[in-house]
Amino acid sequence: MIGADALVKALSEEKVKYVFGYPGVAICPFYNSILNSDIETVLVRTEQNAAHMASGLARISGEVGVCAVTSGPGATNLITGIATAFADSIPLVCITGQVNSSLLGSDVFQEADITGAVESFVKYSYLVKDVNDIPRVMKEAFHIARTGRKGPVLVDVPIDIQNAEIKKFKYPEEVNMRTYKPTVVGNYAQIKKMVKALEKAKRPVICAGGGVLLADAQKELKKFSETFKIPVVSTMMGIGSMPTAHPMYFGMVGNNGKAYANRAMNESDLLIMVGARVADRAVNQPDLITENKVLIHIDVDPAEIGKNCGPTIPIVGDAKNIFEQLLSFEMTLDTKEWLTTLNEYKKKMVVKRNPNPKFTDPEAFIKLLSAKMKDDGIYVADVGQNQIWSCAYHEVKKGRFMTSGGMGTMGYSIPAALGAKLAAPKKQVIAVCGDGSFQMSMMELATINQVKKGVKIIVLKNNYLGMVREYQHFTYKDNYSVVELNDYPNLELLAKAYDMGYIKVENTSKAEAAIDLLLKDDKSCIMEVMVDPMDIVKG
Amino acid sequence: MKKLYSVLVENRSGVLSKVSGLFARRCFNIDSLVVGETFDPEVSNMTIVSSGDERTLEQIEKQLNKKLDVIKVKTFKEEQAIARELMLIKVKVNKSNRKDILEICEICRAEIVDMSNTHLMIQICDTPEKIKVFRTMLSGISVVEVARTGTLALPKCNDLEN
Repeated sequence: MIGADALVKALSEEKVKYVFGYPGVAICPFYNSILNSDIETVLVRTEQNAAHMASGLARISGEVGVCAVTSGPGATNLITGIATAFADSIPLVCITGQVNSSLLGSDVFQEADITGAVESFVKYSYLVKDVNDIPRVMKEAFHIARTGRKGPVLVDVPIDIQNAEIKKFKYPEEVNMRTYKPTVVGNYAQIKKMVKALEKAKRPVICAGGGVLLADAQKELKKFSETFKIPVVSTMMGIGSMPTAHPMYFGMVGNNGKAYANRAMNESDLLIMVGARVADRAVNQPDLITENKVLIHIDVDPAEIGKNCGPTIPIVGDAKNIFEQLLSFEMTLDTKEWLTTLNEYKKKMVVKRNPNPKFTDPEAFIKLLSAKMKDDGIYVADVGQNQIWSCAYHEVKKGRFMTSGGMGTMGYSIPAALGAKLAAPKKQVIAVCGDGSFQMSMMELATINQVKKGVKIIVLKNNYLGMVREYQHFTYKDNYSVVELNDYPNLELLAKAYDMGYIKVENTSKAEAAIDLLLKDDKSCIMEVMVDPMDIVKG
Repeated sequence: MKKLYSVLVENRSGVLSKVSGLFARRCFNIDSLVVGETFDPEVSNMTIVSSGDERTLEQIEKQLNKKLDVIKVKTFKEEQAIARELMLIKVKVNKSNRKDILEICEICRAEIVDMSNTHLMIQICDTPEKIKVFRTMLSGISVVEVARTGTLALPKCNDLEN
């Protein structure tokens, strides 16, 4: 058995079903060995999307996503995908081929110091220099990726190590790392303190972040909120942690969120931040959420607590465990008045848009799409105006909402949607992007065809990089710079080239019939939705 | 505010760059950083001196703890530790200033470790403040070369410590 076989065997031990990647000489031993396993491979069209696909798969399956690429440019192309996963704490194991270990550091063909380059975007990285380390390294890599605060781990394996004979393959049963023992169960004394504070609270609010979904704690959150009558708002990454139409849910916070959600957070006297980073887009004045209120910050990563705002009660642990611990307490909270106030805000603070009837109104379109989607469908939003509209108008029922929230990586939706589809082939998967983000990943249309999976791609087309155009509209008084996309490519011809269905939506009145047509089967299809180029998200 | 961090790390290649990279990336100050092997050849000890506001200093500790190559982080203030720094300094001498230099060395408990007709090399090992004083005392003398270790520190002995 050689090192490459050991890598593949480790993946089999971890029950990996798919590896996304792109071969090159330096990773060829691995791709040769993988033929002798049951693992399916997906050939992407650019390496960045291998990481996005693995990310989409990981978010839906709850397992670690795996990608494998070659050295040099293969590895450097992967970096944006890794950084995207890191920002959203998505568990990935990324294997990179590397030049011969005796040549390391000599700048030979396709050599890149990838472990050095990704240092700030990975949870951990390995450069394997001894073939006998492979079983331990792989075991650790998966363990690190999926435990504590999840994240990407990179394993760089020189080609001679992949080809070297391994003495004995024994996959370790346990991980023994003296430097890594994440806390997942909440400290009892801290939780008791939180319960005491909650009992005194009159206007409590939970702000749910992506950590709730990563911990698979949606049920527990819902039960906690329902049992104690505590309203919930969410960050962008936390969308879907509560069903959108749930009476205790009050929308997304932040500068692109609902005004009433922000109001709920600011007026609360006790705020529970759970699995949220308190980053600038969600909370642009961290001082506001600590002023005159008890701030309880729950996170599995102790470094997040107190990074952007100082909490009154810090609790380190996994959201699921902590909600379970909290549910074992008996508490009486009277939030009737508070909920009445919030419901009034929700009714009053509705933004009225003035859609141009010549085009399709994104609000009406997304609401219609959302209503017609299957309850457990997966909606993947890209980055830009399409993302903000999706966050505002898509209703999550029993399905999932995914987007690149932390890094805001354009082109995320198409590869992530394919990854999601592979994780849940029976579910409806829809990627919604703009014409800018579509063109960043449109090469993956071929991949979608090649794996024969149906992904619906909706392009909100306005011939502009809309989000930046909107920013220039407000900040530079319509001095548009480098934001016009022109009208290319012709999506109808493109769909034909890729042997996919094509539907065009000219204006709002045509939307309903078109959506029915789109959702009637599970075949891949591109839907072009004409949106007013001058439309804005800040209504 | 100044704080000292005594950090036990895995003695592997790349760890120093990961730790120093963390400081650079998150805009934390490094006033000084010293690394050396401990009695266990698999473990190194880093002594890092940093300054900043309380939140930053707390973040430094948390971020260090988050690094998977870091085994243990101990933090302490200057007064809670014994801190030492070693400095080697090469100066030009002549008949007229030789006595003065020797006198300063004696007062500051510095040693002459090497000499020639024209030069002297002095070694001083003391607290960072004393080193600073010594440096000022030599200000009138022509200094050719200086090498310093940066601050090394360990928390003071405590009977309650296990």
